[in-house]
Amino acid sequence: MALTKEQIAQRIAKEVKDGYYVNLGIGIPTLVANYVRDDIEVDFQSENGILGMGPFPYEGQEDADLINAGKQTITSLPGASFFDSAMSFSMIRGQHVDLTILGAMEVAQNGDIANWKIPGKMVKGMGGAMDLVSSAENIIVAMMHTNRAGQSKLLKECSLPLTGVKCVKKIVTDLCVLEIVDGKFKLLERAPGVSVDDIKAATEGDLIIEGDIPEMKI
Amino acid sequence: MITKTVKDVHEACRGVQDGMTIMFGGFGLCGIPENAIAELDRLNIQNLTCISNNAGVDDFGLGLLLRKKQIKKMIASYVGENAEFERQMLAEEMEVELVPQGTLAQRCQAAQSGIPAFFTPAGYGTEVAEGKETRKFGDKHYVLEEAFKADFSFVKAWKGDTAGNLIFKGTARNFNPVMCGAAKITVAEVEELVPAGELDPNQIHIPGIFVQRIFQGEKFEKRIEQLTVRKK
Repeated sequence: MALTKEQIAQRIAKEVKDGYYVNLGIGIPTLVANYVRDDIEVDFQSENGILGMGPFPYEGQEDADLINAGKQTITSLPGASFFDSAMSFSMIRGQHVDLTILGAMEVAQNGDIANWKIPGKMVKGMGGAMDLVSSAENIIVAMMHTNRAGQSKLLKECSLPLTGVKCVKKIVTDLCVLEIVDGKFKLLERAPGVSVDDIKAATEGDLIIEGDIPEMKI
Repeated sequence: MITKTVKDVHEACRGVQDGMTIMFGGFGLCGIPENAIAELDRLNIQNLTCISNNAGVDDFGLGLLLRKKQIKKMIASYVGENAEFERQMLAEEMEVELVPQGTLAQRCQAAQSGIPAFFTPAGYGTEVAEGKETRKFGDKHYVLEEAFKADFSFVKAWKGDTAGNLIFKGTARNFNPVMCGAAKITVAEVEELVPAGELDPNQIHIPGIFVQRIFQGEKFEKRIEQLTVRKK
């Protein structure tokens, strides 16, 4: 069984370590916050200017002056801080943020990522993604393994305009966990009930498959 | 103390002309100078080049200027919330320069600080870097990005005083501080304007030297773009 988006978030949450400052992108990455162990200390940064982001407010408690980068109303936790956009990206480009989790339209086996533009069709802009991927040491991509047309999003080379080059370290999809190693996708874990052959069939890029690939534990 | 107060939004926008380059603070609809935008809509200023992280929604924020085609060129990092924007862009009715968000902020701050250009890793190896100088420092590549040059900067703060000192609230701070003093004239609209001396100097985010005109906005709708709540 392929993972749901919630389960992808749940698996990625296991990559979040004690003491990490984490930036979460829009979409599946946002869900990761719901699954981080509560016995570790983690601070979420949102690039519009908050460190120490909390959950959505209770109904009626929303504040128009308190949103995340996805423009959703949020809360701040004790110890939170607010800052301007330049300082926010000082945290990001200055590598003070430990982990970046973001979505993608395509990832290439050398670590290139594309997620901001489909020429002639859709142009939403890169937002903070280019700054994040150009600087972060630790980038995890959360995405579905194939697009709506059933085509692989894990490619030998990206076909869409790039967001960043050779930057992605790890990818968690609905089918598996992969790591970029020597310019290829190294298969680390399979989703429960998903076979190596299923993953091979859904992956256009080159895979490294060594020994038995364990099922992931969620 | 030098007084920066102007009486209303009309006076605050004096001198804005067709064809100017204007910065607007805000992130999404959070912390946008809504009174100034409404005035530019009323004045029907044309052929604007707008520098703003986003372009509003169809019927609020910069979306108001978009629907009357007052914007000739938009410089932004993310424009996904506005259908009319996407239509004008894809139909090439409007020029668009998409800039990585951190680069956008830094190009404002560079203008504010008298730094003509800077190197950033953002966008290296992508179409953002096309035609720009790149350089390697250590083992990493960087792109040379230039400070913005703008005629007006419209920002919104929570509190301000007659000397132009500003305090922002929550994530409504965003691009507002870095746009102060980044254009020839900075206009700040505030929710609460107090006499100089009433704000604690320790708490001021932006000193009045970066602000030329300040006024208390007539009203702030402060529209929420994505209302997300949890159940009790």
